[in-house]
Amino acid sequence: MTAAKSLAKAPRKAATPAKPQGLTFQDLIFKLEKFWTDKGCILQQPYDVEVGAGTMHPETFLRVLGPEPYKVVYVQPSRRPADGRYGENPNRLFKHHQLQVILKPTPTDVQDLYLQSLEAVGINLKEHDVRFEEDNWESPTLGAWGIGWQVLLDGQEITQFTYFQQTGGFDLQPVSVELTYGLDRIASYLQGVDNVFDVRWSKNLTYRQVRFADEQQFSGYNFEWADPVATRKMFDLSESEVQRLVKAYAALKSPDEKRRFPILAAYDLCLKCSHLFNVLDARGAISTTERAALINRVRQLTCKVAAGWLEQRSLEVAAESGAAQ
Amino acid sequence: MKGRAEFLLEIGCEEIPAGMIAKAAGDLKQILETQLATHRLAQKGSVETFGAPRRLIAIAREIILKQDDITQEILGPPKSVAYDAVGQPTRAAQSFAEKQATPLEKLSIVATPKGDYLAVKKVIAGRFAKDLLAEIVPQAIRELSFPRSMYWTSASDLRFIRPIRWAVAILDGKVVPFTLAGVASSDTSSGHRFLGKPKIKVKDSAELIDRLRRNFVLAQPSERHKKIETEIQAILAKRSLRLHADAELTELVTYLNEYPTAILGDFDPSYLNLPEEILLTVMRDHQKYFGVTDKDGALAPHFIAIINLDKDRKGLVRAGHEKVLRARFSDARFFWEMDQKKKLGEHLPRLKQVTYETRLGSYYDKVERMRTLARWLANTWSQGGVLESHADDADRAAELAKCDLVTDMVREFTELQGIVGGLYARAQGEPEDVATAIYDHYRPVGLDDPIPRNLAGCSVAIADKLDAIVGCFAVGAIPSGSSDPFALRRAALGIVKILLERKLPLSISSAISTAANALRQTAPHIEVKPEAEAQVLEFLLERARYILRERYGYAYDEVNAALAAGGDDIVDAIARVAAIKAIRKAKDFVPLAAAFKRIRNILEKSAGGAAKSNEKSSTVKPELFREEAERELYEAAQRIGEKAHTLKRNAKYKEALEVIAGLRPAVDNFFNKVLVMAQEEEVKKNRLALLQSLLKEFSTIADFSEIVPEEQN
Repeated sequence: MTAAKSLAKAPRKAATPAKPQGLTFQDLIFKLEKFWTDKGCILQQPYDVEVGAGTMHPETFLRVLGPEPYKVVYVQPSRRPADGRYGENPNRLFKHHQLQVILKPTPTDVQDLYLQSLEAVGINLKEHDVRFEEDNWESPTLGAWGIGWQVLLDGQEITQFTYFQQTGGFDLQPVSVELTYGLDRIASYLQGVDNVFDVRWSKNLTYRQVRFADEQQFSGYNFEWADPVATRKMFDLSESEVQRLVKAYAALKSPDEKRRFPILAAYDLCLKCSHLFNVLDARGAISTTERAALINRVRQLTCKVAAGWLEQRSLEVAAESGAAQ
Repeated sequence: MKGRAEFLLEIGCEEIPAGMIAKAAGDLKQILETQLATHRLAQKGSVETFGAPRRLIAIAREIILKQDDITQEILGPPKSVAYDAVGQPTRAAQSFAEKQATPLEKLSIVATPKGDYLAVKKVIAGRFAKDLLAEIVPQAIRELSFPRSMYWTSASDLRFIRPIRWAVAILDGKVVPFTLAGVASSDTSSGHRFLGKPKIKVKDSAELIDRLRRNFVLAQPSERHKKIETEIQAILAKRSLRLHADAELTELVTYLNEYPTAILGDFDPSYLNLPEEILLTVMRDHQKYFGVTDKDGALAPHFIAIINLDKDRKGLVRAGHEKVLRARFSDARFFWEMDQKKKLGEHLPRLKQVTYETRLGSYYDKVERMRTLARWLANTWSQGGVLESHADDADRAAELAKCDLVTDMVREFTELQGIVGGLYARAQGEPEDVATAIYDHYRPVGLDDPIPRNLAGCSVAIADKLDAIVGCFAVGAIPSGSSDPFALRRAALGIVKILLERKLPLSISSAISTAANALRQTAPHIEVKPEAEAQVLEFLLERARYILRERYGYAYDEVNAALAAGGDDIVDAIARVAAIKAIRKAKDFVPLAAAFKRIRNILEKSAGGAAKSNEKSSTVKPELFREEAERELYEAAQRIGEKAHTLKRNAKYKEALEVIAGLRPAVDNFFNKVLVMAQEEEVKKNRLALLQSLLKEFSTIADFSEIVPEEQN
């Protein structure tokens, strides 16, 4: 085979880059945002409540419900308390950065669009081993799951590519596709650095200069300083507040009252619960059996919030068509 | 116009999970063949199917382009109803003719087994294959089932494994038109995602395969497989390296790539300090790389990756894979170092926090039970003088066996459970036998997996598995159909395999009772019913029958005959199965078996129900014998019984069976000369008692009545 022959002569110089290569972290974000806004996405901003993934941003979780088309792109710093390593591990981060794209409904050429976005950030697809390997996604606290792949670039996972099937316990009509780019990994790959803290964030600053203190201090908080009793209290408080809201919403009769009701605030509180749960988990304050029970409690609340939101949307549509007549 | 032609189908998809392609291709073949045969378009075996990540291809050769017309006979009313006394058609005949839209004079009378009937012959015109295929193919695609399918437009639409993006359907050079989830069939395929043309027009299968190849898609798995093997060998030969062969991985990468190419990468030799098991797991399970060894079999600091390109143009792919592996290995080293800060035994209290099964308690509870059971097994064997003592090692290994579940290494690489525990135990100075036992205690994970290497490992492995089975049966989590979430069937096969291969004598029922008692100790809220214990025994014996048949090659009836005479000790049972197999060719054996079957039938009839070889029999009274043949049989049985007994005690089962076969003349003579059901009640009872004692006496090695004569077998 000629391929085997050429392999023997394969140049190896690329393994150790001499001068800075690849996009800076912020240029990577600009390019991807530009790419997707050019494809019709609106540019949203990170959510201002702690989340573990871009999926939890209401721009994904709530927007994929219901029939209205929607396209959006945003960066979401995502907190995973258990993954913190005090800034000492070259690949693991307490807070990593996801670039999230939602396309609803799913375009038939969605894989091609995605691959074009990689080319847009300087990845030549004939020079790299890019592949889609089975990886289905599930979020027990969101009552959500989807089918898809992890996209691997030369063996490194760079994107989670998911066709949502359900969120908040509801079948989706139409189906949305979610693209979650792991920005930190893509940047370190493009720049050819082994340690994410060596990534150039901008021309002048490194990832370490921008983010190291967060990693060190939040690892300390999540593993050592977080008071399990206080954290549990905060969890319980947030949970009972969601319960109160959900119950109040259910008691409402008039469509107008329902439409004005703060379901979105109830959703924020669900996110609080989810984050506090993660802190407790990282702190080792949750036993295995309790774990499943707590996850289930949060899921039930999020599913109720999703149902409320869906109802509000349909009331909105009914009100609009009523006004039009 | 020619009568037959090829039909080509290609379903173009987004990347199908590698593990599902071969099965999907197999299912597609079966469904299409059935449909084509049902519609009289082709014979069975006429369809070839195969797949690659982005396509499933079916080629049906010699499709009949137009169905033959068929003549159908439709029966109407009986002749007697259809015509009156003078032979005139009645109202019934007329309405039948109207219904069939056929003039009365075209109807005929046919003779059937039920008499003469009015009938009409109708010709059903054959349909064109292209029209039928347009219906069959979408149906066949809907019928394909996958473990987890999806929808991609909306919840009401077609479900498939991944979105369908194109469909090639060509019969005799022309497109067969249909639409599938919004995709219209065409004559246009698609090449390799990055290297090939996105649109490739084809007219038949030969052109498809050829043009795909030129567009960097090897459609046939055999071709991909060959390319992988050839290139790996070429890489290794130059460097006198050897492949850490892995058939499963080869199969996987064959289905992960449309144009597989092998490349070699390196890693820092300092990582070779880590155990080989960990390095190989990271490479194989997480990165799908092949490990490489030097010519002495030691792991070398290289790996082979299979990429989906024709070549690594700038060496970027290699550099990328090396970087990823470096990060993975560095994680593994970090975990190893972190984990060494604590001794394995220090993790034990944390197992209280890890649920084994909600009703069966934590892993800590399970470990308690495993210890009890492992010690009991070891003591049973060493007290019997069968094996050297290993109870302390078994107990210690059971105590530490599950501790690795809470280590960082196993939390990251769960597939290394057991192995990591064993490696840590060794590194932390536990006795070698203990470390080996921990390392091996999940074995065997399949029928081809080796059993634990030492006795302590066998004891712990059996304890672990038997505890799982007994516990799950006690709480009603019994495997049914395809549902076996705790892999209890595999556990049962594992137990039987260990006992048989290590030749470990064991009363399985006593072991089950011990496991049940241990469960009662740690989980008093669970009621372990005697029926559950009996179910577990039957469950294990079912696996034993399977292994004896499928792995040891014994016949159905040989296995049944031996186990019907007792299967509690499976090692003893297999010796008896072997004896039965060895002797069944002897000339007296099968007729004797037939005679035993007859004896059993007679006893069953007289008892009005099932007669068992272990049923309590009344004493035979020689003074009640009326015929010489009775006495002869009685005496022969006593003489032969004594000899057989001695041989059996010494486990000389084949010899014992040979002796027993010597009963045949006496048995035959008895049945020729003696009427069992005599008039005199006492005589009859005595004869039945004689037969009962025979059945009982000679069924302890094998229940002969289970033997099926060769020609029926």
